[in-house]
Amino acid sequence: MLLVSTQPRQTADNFREIGMRLRQTLVASVAAMTLGAGAVSADPVTVGLITTLSGGGAGIGADIRDGFQLALTLSGSDAIRLVVEDDGQRPEQAVQIADRMIQSERAEILTGIIFSNLAMAVVPSVVAQDIFYVSANAGPSALAGAGCSPFYFNAAWQNDMLHEASGAYAGANGMTNTFILAPNYPAGTDALTGFKRRYTGTIAGEIYTQLGQTDYAAEIAQIRASGADSVFIFLPGGMGISFMRQYSQSGVDIPVISTAFTVGQDNLPAMGEAALGVINSGQWAPDTDNEANRTFVAAFREAFGRTPSIYASQSYDTANLILSALAVADVGQREAFRDALRAADFTSVRGDFVFGNNQHPIQDVYMRQVVNVDGEITNRTLGLAIEDYQDVFAAQCAME
Amino acid sequence: MTLALIVEQMLNGVQFGLMLFLMSAGLTLVFGVMGLINLAHGSLYMLGAFFCAAGAAWTGNFWLGLVAGTAAAAAAGALIEVSVIRRLYTRDHLDQVLATFALILILSEGTKMVFGPFPLYLNIPAGLSGTVNLGLMPYSLYRLALIGFGLAVAIGLWLLIARTRLGIRIRAGENDREMIGALGVNIRALYTLVFALGAALAGLAGALVGALQSVQVGMGEPVLILAFVVIVIGGIGSIKGAMVGALIVGIIDTMGRFLLPRIFATFLEASQASGLGAALASMLIYVVMALVLILRPKGLFPAHA
Repeated sequence: MLLVSTQPRQTADNFREIGMRLRQTLVASVAAMTLGAGAVSADPVTVGLITTLSGGGAGIGADIRDGFQLALTLSGSDAIRLVVEDDGQRPEQAVQIADRMIQSERAEILTGIIFSNLAMAVVPSVVAQDIFYVSANAGPSALAGAGCSPFYFNAAWQNDMLHEASGAYAGANGMTNTFILAPNYPAGTDALTGFKRRYTGTIAGEIYTQLGQTDYAAEIAQIRASGADSVFIFLPGGMGISFMRQYSQSGVDIPVISTAFTVGQDNLPAMGEAALGVINSGQWAPDTDNEANRTFVAAFREAFGRTPSIYASQSYDTANLILSALAVADVGQREAFRDALRAADFTSVRGDFVFGNNQHPIQDVYMRQVVNVDGEITNRTLGLAIEDYQDVFAAQCAME
Repeated sequence: MTLALIVEQMLNGVQFGLMLFLMSAGLTLVFGVMGLINLAHGSLYMLGAFFCAAGAAWTGNFWLGLVAGTAAAAAAGALIEVSVIRRLYTRDHLDQVLATFALILILSEGTKMVFGPFPLYLNIPAGLSGTVNLGLMPYSLYRLALIGFGLAVAIGLWLLIARTRLGIRIRAGENDREMIGALGVNIRALYTLVFALGAALAGLAGALVGALQSVQVGMGEPVLILAFVVIVIGGIGSIKGAMVGALIVGIIDTMGRFLLPRIFATFLEASQASGLGAALASMLIYVVMALVLILRPKGLFPAHA
C-alpha cells in the first residue's frame, strides 16, 4: 500500500526535475544564440520575453519569439541576453514568471505578452518596480490613458486603433449598413466600440459571441437575414478560422471587413481560399514598401520557412527599438534610457514611427486585402486608411 | 424574424447536437462499461482532426483523411487504454481525473511538437461544398451531410449494441462486470475494444467538424465540457440519453444564442441587449443541466435505473 501511494510522488518529482533541467538548457541555449560567436561583452542586459507558447495561442507566441530573436541575430549585437518563458495564456502564471524574471534573472526590460488581460495583470506591478515594459502586442486602453507610465512603452498600437481604421474605411467606401460581430470579452467590446467610433453608416445588427466559440451557424443565419451590405468581424485566432470557413460555405456573399488580428498571416494558411477578398486594416503588411521591411520579410522566410505575421513584425520592431536605446544609454540610468526609448531612433518595418505623449505609437494605418500570390494566401496593401493617427486615450494620460 | 430563419436555426441546432452526440456517445460508453471518467476524450477528438488534416493534405483526398483520423484516434485510444487507463479501473474517480488530465497535457504538447503551433488547413470535400436550396432558404450542403452522417452513426451504434454479440457483452459489462468475467469473456480485451470504439467516435467527430472549424491544439476541451453536460442531462452510461441530451444541448444552445438577444432588444438598447443576451445564452445549457439534476438527479435516461 505504501509503495503504491509513494509512486506518484516520485514520478512527480522526476517530472519536476526534468522540467527544471529542460528550462535550464533552454535558457542556456537561448543565451548562447543571443551572445553569438563567442564575443561576450561586459554586461548584456537581460530582456525577459513572456509569451504564449502552448495551447491555442501558441502560433502567435511563436511569431513574437521568432521576430524578436531574428532582430537580435541580424543586428549582430550582444547587448541583450534574451530569456523566453511560456505564460500558457494564464494571467497568474504570467505574473509569477514576471516576478521570477525580475528577481532571479535580473531582467531590466520585459516584453512579449500577447493578450490584454495578461498585460493588465503584469504591467502595472512591473512598472511600479521601475522595470521597463515594452509591449510588442497588447495595448489595453487602461494603460494608454489615465494608467500610462513612464516605464511602459507600446511598440504596436493601442487596442482600438485598427478597428477605428476599419470603421473609417467602411464609412468612406460606400458601406452604409454594417453587421458587426465580436467575442464577448473586453477586447471584443473594445473592438466594436472602436469600429463604431469612426463609422458613419448604420449598424444592421450587433452580436457578441462566446469567447472560443467554434460554430457560427446561428450567427451566419442572422447575417443572411439582416439585409446588411457589409460585415465587420473581430475574431482572433481559431475563432476567425472557424467563422471564415463556415461563412464561405454558407452561400452568404456580403463582403467582410476585419483587422489583421483575424485575417493575419498566422491564420491565413489554415483559412485558405475561404479568406480571399477580405479587406482588413493593419499598420503593416508583408508587402509594406520599404527597405527595412524587405530585409525583414526575406530574412524571416529564410530563417523560419514561413511568411511573418503582423505579430512578428511588431516583435521585430520592439527588439530594434530596445537595441537602439541600449546603443545610446545605459539601462541603469532610468531617465536617460527612457529618453532614448522615447526618441524611437530605429527603422521600423512599418515605415514612420513616433511615440505620442502616452508612449504609444502615432502612426499610419493601411487597408489590406487577402489575395492569392503564386499559391500563397497573403495580404496585399490597398492604401492608407488613417494617417498619423493617435489613439483617443492619449488625452487622458498625464505625461507630456 | 421569418419562418426561414427559424427553420435554419433548428437545422443548425440539430447538426450541432448530432456532432455532440458522436463525442458524448464514446464518453458515456466508457463510463457505463468501465466506470471511468476520461478527461482525455477531447484530446482524441483533437487527434482525429489533426490526422484527418494531415492525411487529407498528404493524399489530397478528404475521405482518406477521414479514415486516417478515425483510425489514428482509435489506435491512440487502444494504446492509451493498454498503457495507462488499465491501471485506473480500480482507483477512485479523483485518481482517474488526475491521470487523464495529465494525458490532456501530454497529448496537447505532443501534438504541438509533431504538427507545429499553427492551425492546420482542412477543407470540405469538393462534392459537399456550397449550398443546397431547401425551398425556404439555401443551406450548407456539408452541414446537411453532417446531419446525415450523425444519424447514420447513431443507427449503426444502436444496431451494434442491440443486435450483435459484442453489444450483448457491452451491455452485460455495464450490468455486472464480475459475472461476465466469470462466464469466460475476456474482460480486458473487451475494455480495450470499448475504449478504442469511443476514441474512434471522438476522432470521427473531430475530423468531420475539423473541416468546419480551426484544427488547432486545445480544440477538444470546449467540446469535452459540452459532452459532459450532455451525458449528465441524458444520464451517465446511456447511449439513448446521450442522443437526447445532445439534441437538447445543440438546439437550446443555438436557439438561445439566436433568440435571447432579440428578446432583450425589445426593452434594452441594442449593444446592451446583445452583450447581456450573449452572456445569458452561454449559461443557458448549464441552467438546463441544473434543472434536470434537480428534477431527475440521475439524468433523463439513467443507465442503472
